[in-house]
Amino acid sequence: MPHVTFIEYNGSRHTVEATPGQSLMRAAVAHSVPGIDAECGGACACATCHVYVADNWQALVGEAQGNEREMLDFANEVRRNSRLACQITVAAEMDGLTVHMPQSQS
Amino acid sequence: MHPSHEHVVIIGAGHAGGALAGYLRQYGFGGAITLLGAEATPPYQRPPLSKAWLKDSADADSLLLKPPHWYPDNGIALRLECSVEQIDAGAKKLVLACGEAIPYTQLVFATGAAARRLAIAGAELQGVVCLRDLTDAAQIKAQLRGARRLAIIGGGYIGLEVAATARHFGADVVVLERESRLLSRSASAPVAARLRGLHAAQGVAFRLDADITAIEGAAGRVTGLRLADGSREACDMVLVGIGARPNGALAQALGISAEAGIVVDAEGRTSLADVWAIGDVTRRPLAHFPGLFRLESVPSALEQARRVACVLAGRELPAHELPWFWSDQYATKLQIAGMTGLSDSTVLRGDPLGQRFTVFHLRAGVLCAAECVNNPGEFLAAKKAIAAQVRPDANRLADAAVPLAQALAGAPRDTLVPAL
Repeated sequence: MPHVTFIEYNGSRHTVEATPGQSLMRAAVAHSVPGIDAECGGACACATCHVYVADNWQALVGEAQGNEREMLDFANEVRRNSRLACQITVAAEMDGLTVHMPQSQS
Repeated sequence: MHPSHEHVVIIGAGHAGGALAGYLRQYGFGGAITLLGAEATPPYQRPPLSKAWLKDSADADSLLLKPPHWYPDNGIALRLECSVEQIDAGAKKLVLACGEAIPYTQLVFATGAAARRLAIAGAELQGVVCLRDLTDAAQIKAQLRGARRLAIIGGGYIGLEVAATARHFGADVVVLERESRLLSRSASAPVAARLRGLHAAQGVAFRLDADITAIEGAAGRVTGLRLADGSREACDMVLVGIGARPNGALAQALGISAEAGIVVDAEGRTSLADVWAIGDVTRRPLAHFPGLFRLESVPSALEQARRVACVLAGRELPAHELPWFWSDQYATKLQIAGMTGLSDSTVLRGDPLGQRFTVFHLRAGVLCAAECVNNPGEFLAAKKAIAAQVRPDANRLADAAVPLAQALAGAPRDTLVPAL
């Protein structure tokens, strides 16, 4: 199973085991990672699972598109490597993936 | 960390109750937590029950807020399939239906709401269903596959979402609504018209101003609906989606005001010391709007859960949040920020017949709500502008050529309007 690391704004690290096929948001919520609120449960409706994908993982994880892109255009603290974790599907090759979180969600 | 002699007992293991248990531990609450649920399933997401889950694209495990082992791992006593018989607020203990007594130091009602039933003949026939929990949804999912014609009583969000799913399975669908238009209390006319057109294009039939007098059946199974004008709608399945009533009886028995929902303050306190309430069962104040509101909404329940958890864990309270709602029907996404019911004027931005548009709502010139159809970016922008109580220029707001960020950049209300 791939392990992924969420790093809070204050630097706290949370490494959790994810299941290929589940969303990165589900992996965070299942382990109570603080800072991933995920209010809409993965419907791409709220932008409360905003993360920054580390540089060396961007090619594999890919860029935001469609609704996700539009949400991110108006979310807080958006950067070029912003993604919504509910729209990232965990794959076996993502073992070691690291994402940072913004100071606040949405 | 909070003194560990505390014992928080949460009645109701739905989204609100489950989230509260999680936030308490996340915020460092060190006391005991007991979470009492009537259903057989650990806390789960309800919104997908009428959307993705019903269409089979989400399995039961994916609905769970936390995996089952998370509760014992975090010292939370999750008790499923149990109901509370009575509460002794003086002695601070409650008694379960099985006779077991549980003492508490803090009690939280997260009892939710129950589907409103139709008080007409035939409501008990086989094939007549409502949608509130996983058991209901599983039953609907199983029946939809064989259904030929589904009649949906109530043109609200649950009814319309199920209509979309039923069409996905190929069943004929008729929606019967008592009012003269859909979503009369929860959406503006352009949004309601858009959703109606969307469903009509998918073959859903509508009967508005429909006064249903009886559900008819044969051999114990539903066969049709009888209307006051003498007409009949044939169907082999009926979904009753006419709203919900708060489950406030236990609280009322304690003398807490709970007739149209348990009345709470901004931190979830009821009128009784050490007794709290969160979620669909509550009537709550909102930071940006006058009055008390009973919101059936996950974001509202989560905000209340966070605030109660903050108080009980001795943590600083976060800023107040703005209510918001969403609905997915076919490929159309509706997101609503703020409270549409309070508006005195609306501003349409975009073409209501086109792919996307937004209806902004103003109250005395101040932005109070926005309904966004396939417009997720405008939704987030509006959410912030409503919270900031801006007074936008209506002409600029209506002009899609003016970038929204500029159109919403009216001055905050406080800088323009002197205090009364």
